[in-house]
Amino acid sequence: MSAARIWPTLVRRERPSLYLKVLAPLLALVAATLINLLLYLVMGKDPLAVFHAMILEPFISFSSFSEVLLKTGPLLLIAEGLAIGYRAKVFNIGAEGQFIIGAIFASALPVWYPMATGQWIWPTMLLAGAVGGALWAGITAFWRVRLRANEILVSLMLSLVAVQVLNYLLLGPWKDPNGFNFPQSVMFQYDAMVPLIIPGTRVNASLPIALALALAAYVFMQKSFIGYKLEVGGLAPRAAGYAGFSEGRAIWLSLLIGGFAAGLAGAAEVAGPIGQLQRSISTGYGYAAIIVAYLGGLHPIGIIFSSVVMAAIYIGGDNALVSADLPIAAVRVFQGSLLLAYLMAVTFVRYRLAFPRPMSGAPA
Amino acid sequence: MIAVEFILSGMLAAATPFLLAALGELVGERAGVLNLGVEGLMALGAAVAFIIVYHGGGHALAFAGAGLAGALLSLLFAFAALGLQANQVAAGLAIGILGQGLSALFGKTYESLTVKGLPKLSVPGLADLPVVGGLFVQDPVVWLSLAATPAIWATFAFTKTGLLLRAVGENPKAAHSIGYPVIAIRVAAVAFGGLMSGFAGAYAATVYTPLWADGMIAGRGWIALALVVFGTWLTLRIFWGACLFGAVSLAGLAAQAGGVELPSQLLASMPYLVTIVVLGVISSNRRLLKLNGVASLGEPFKP
Repeated sequence: MSAARIWPTLVRRERPSLYLKVLAPLLALVAATLINLLLYLVMGKDPLAVFHAMILEPFISFSSFSEVLLKTGPLLLIAEGLAIGYRAKVFNIGAEGQFIIGAIFASALPVWYPMATGQWIWPTMLLAGAVGGALWAGITAFWRVRLRANEILVSLMLSLVAVQVLNYLLLGPWKDPNGFNFPQSVMFQYDAMVPLIIPGTRVNASLPIALALALAAYVFMQKSFIGYKLEVGGLAPRAAGYAGFSEGRAIWLSLLIGGFAAGLAGAAEVAGPIGQLQRSISTGYGYAAIIVAYLGGLHPIGIIFSSVVMAAIYIGGDNALVSADLPIAAVRVFQGSLLLAYLMAVTFVRYRLAFPRPMSGAPA
Repeated sequence: MIAVEFILSGMLAAATPFLLAALGELVGERAGVLNLGVEGLMALGAAVAFIIVYHGGGHALAFAGAGLAGALLSLLFAFAALGLQANQVAAGLAIGILGQGLSALFGKTYESLTVKGLPKLSVPGLADLPVVGGLFVQDPVVWLSLAATPAIWATFAFTKTGLLLRAVGENPKAAHSIGYPVIAIRVAAVAFGGLMSGFAGAYAATVYTPLWADGMIAGRGWIALALVVFGTWLTLRIFWGACLFGAVSLAGLAAQAGGVELPSQLLASMPYLVTIVVLGVISSNRRLLKLNGVASLGEPFKP
């Protein structure tokens, strides 16, 4: 039953188009912007005002751009970790929970020892956060490797549990006794804060740390043998098995790296712009980082650019809330449509469209 | 005893959002498509239904609107994942984020508002039984979901539609080579899943807890996805799984009412913790999963 085709079909290219690979995220960004501006128009908002507040403003003033840089740090860290796993086909979508547990582990030190002083405190907190994130991701790894449970579902469930752990601590044992009953911990002491690096802004040392780890991820994924084996394990598990690299080890490594990076990001957030443990330590960074990882083509260098873009979307969303009365939920809509648009665009890296030939004599 | 009665009478209603969404996802997965966007589809359905009921459109229209919204959003997923061969895991996540965002956007001005739920219909005679009587006093959507379960089971077991769905999920190449439109069947299955997720969200927001709060789906879409695995892709086992989760989500309330001192956060995490444990137990039984699993689940197919 082969009816005459009326729609075009996908035909595999002889080799993937490098040109489109670079162009795909930009096309997706343009498409998502246009669709969302249309949505704002339907909602009765002035699309030009939103465009100005959301897309231009983050880059116009230095103070706004410094906030973009501040948000780039956690997104970059988490996304670099996730991308390593995604390339090995290990779908850790629980970075949000690993981020929260990282923040909790880091906060333990200033909460328990609020009087401690010394420049060792903030580095210790960052390390504790990273270890906490890795431990939390380790649960998923154990479930996946030993029990063969789906890592997507387990890591997500653990994120929902992590939110409850955070709530428990903030409403109970870690609540600031002088905090007017707000669900938040004490403010951290000076030495528990990551040092600022650009005077007059909130940008702190976690950004260069994130950039350094991005470069380390580049060396690891593109140049090292373990990184190569990880990727082969994702593409061709059987071949990797013959080469003596077990699937289990790849899953453990992917999840531990992902959890480590997300936990570090969580620690840097409480020891940075926030300065205490509170409920809103993450505005969905763990989920946004999934988008950042894909938008950056799962490539360590590409992710540096995509994390700046995502950070700008966050700041732009805040701006648009203030100046154009756009609900903050619009940011999530933008994020979702951006990922979807990118995934559609990236199809054409490997495929091209073949249009059906018009039948001779058929009416147009 | 009171706790048992409480759980028995509320279990089916609590199970219904899980059941509807999981049955929809089951149909898609049996056809070989993994749609991870259930949480977002439910959230969108919930917002659409709540808004319709709030403005006096009634529950029937609300469910229709929610189902339509779910189906349309899942068709967008189908276009990306089946039409353009996009990564199914990532496309499902994108749809989930998009659905949750749209839900929050539409629902923003309705925060904390309430609507009227649905009256309960009881089975004469049985409803008066001691202890189990509460099982037979349910709202109409619960009764319809109870009817949908055997209907879907029978569709897979006895009809050509069921056979086709399974064929394109087990061996799409073979199904294609004997002339079946694999992609079209998969698209239809995905749309059905979206419809059911929309219904599930509508039930959660306008019948089970008729109050609007952003994020009110609270992971139930993800648990529905896990239920399909628990049920090892078998309709009736998914039904029992949904009942278990209905009971678990009430057990906390019953324990609190009974004077058991537990942090409320532990109670709130209970469904997630149970999901993690049961996933571990079921998944470690490889034979079971091999036997009933769907061979081409999540694999793209290009004719």
